[in-house]
Amino acid sequence: MKKLINAPDDVLTDALVGFAAAYPDLTVNLEDRYISRGPTAGKVGLVSGGGSGHEPLHGGFVGFGMLDAACPGEVFTSPVPDQLLAATKAVDGGAGVLHIVKNYTGDVLNFQMAAELAGDDGLQVESVLVNDDVAVENSTYTAGRRGTGGTVFVEKIVGAAAERGADLAACAAVGREVNDRSRSFGVALSTNVIPATGKPGFELGDTEIEIGVGIHGEPGRSRGQMTTAREIAGVALEAIHADMPLSGDLLVMVNGLGGTPLIELYVVYAAVAEFLESRGATITRNLVGNYITSLEMAGCSITVMRMTPELTELWDAPVQTPALRWGR
Amino acid sequence: MDTSAFRAWVHEAARLIADNAENLTRLDAAIGDGDHGVNLRRGFQAADEMLDKAEAETPGAVLQTVGRALISKTGGASGPLYGTGFRQAGKALADVTEVDVAKLGSALEAAFNGIQQLGAAHEGDKTMLDALGPAVTAYQVAAEGGADIAGATRAAAEAAERGLAETVPMLARKGRASYLGERTIGHEDPGAASTVLLMRALATVTAGEAP
Repeated sequence: MKKLINAPDDVLTDALVGFAAAYPDLTVNLEDRYISRGPTAGKVGLVSGGGSGHEPLHGGFVGFGMLDAACPGEVFTSPVPDQLLAATKAVDGGAGVLHIVKNYTGDVLNFQMAAELAGDDGLQVESVLVNDDVAVENSTYTAGRRGTGGTVFVEKIVGAAAERGADLAACAAVGREVNDRSRSFGVALSTNVIPATGKPGFELGDTEIEIGVGIHGEPGRSRGQMTTAREIAGVALEAIHADMPLSGDLLVMVNGLGGTPLIELYVVYAAVAEFLESRGATITRNLVGNYITSLEMAGCSITVMRMTPELTELWDAPVQTPALRWGR
Repeated sequence: MDTSAFRAWVHEAARLIADNAENLTRLDAAIGDGDHGVNLRRGFQAADEMLDKAEAETPGAVLQTVGRALISKTGGASGPLYGTGFRQAGKALADVTEVDVAKLGSALEAAFNGIQQLGAAHEGDKTMLDALGPAVTAYQVAAEGGADIAGATRAAAEAAERGLAETVPMLARKGRASYLGERTIGHEDPGAASTVLLMRALATVTAGEAP
């Protein structure tokens, strides 16, 4: 294992210390393990969290116009209720707190426990579950669709709504609307290595790709042979299209999984734009870059959201976070 | 079993889990996300340490303290699930100071029900319940047949081991393993494997064999 770390057990702490030094405007609570701003009086607090290893998600999205707090768990391990509760209390500005939860069993259970504990303490907590990964076909016999790229859209758009004074119920509603309108599909070209084990999370042959991979390296729909960016983009978009017809105005994210250079993401984006144009859809907004990663996994995910004028306005609203900033 | 016996159970469980952490992680790497051993070791170590400091004066209080520690420190799905199991078992014991064979049976059943409810899983889904379910049943059968606590917990531990073996041909339907579908067939479930360790620790302590 070759990694820029000091010791496998210290990765998260060392990273949080570095994050704190890099972004002095944000608060990094090393003891309770959360990154926060505020609280902002009268504003709904937004808290997300999940296993580490997906940076910049979620800590990189704490700031004006997006999250109020992010709770990082150990690498690929959900955060624990105590830290979620501490963060929830820290950002409560009196208007309640919304939890944004990716659909993984561990995340769901730990957020559920934290919400119950917060409720016991008299806080108002709602939650939005993100499950946008269309690669999971059989939701009945699995833990259901995973939360992936759509999380970035939910955090940005709900963040804008909260900043404008939307109440807790309205924030939850817009979060669910964004999730309902978003779909993702990922493809891995190589595996990742969890620092604690020092071994590949899964095996992938030199010429193989995992089609429909999850952000922890969960298997997708099939193993395939390496092929062109155009073909890979086509497979991902066809899978999304089969689930949610791609038409009208779209927000599109081509996201790197951590080990793919930006130049390749632009190559993928060209293929995505060409595909969608040929289907008569219009990309009205886009993101190309590394927003929700899987350690050093090479590959990309494509996330598409069907826009409305209201959601476009919220997307365009000012945001100032370590990883996403415009309009301010 | 008195309060110190329950403390001994937790201590022995923490020791067994630490000794077997690598194996649990290896099982989890095959069909999950490869962190079960690391997480549980962290959780049980924290539980053991918290018990050293806590004034838990009844068996029920011991189990509730452990439950709270597991929920707080473990992470992943196993923390809330095992934590809930211990808390429910602790609640079932209320404030009795000496737990008899029937009472321990009802505590184990409460643990099973709590985990099943939280995880919304059923026996056969390839989870910890596939070891815990048979263990609870075997315990109750033994207890009704007149076994003492040592005998009933030994029966429970043996049934958990058989339950673990039966997870090998199962198809995972819960948690991150569920995404592997048929690729989970042929592997032991890591949650069932850690449940075996907890049952084995209980049997060891009630037999008076704990080091």
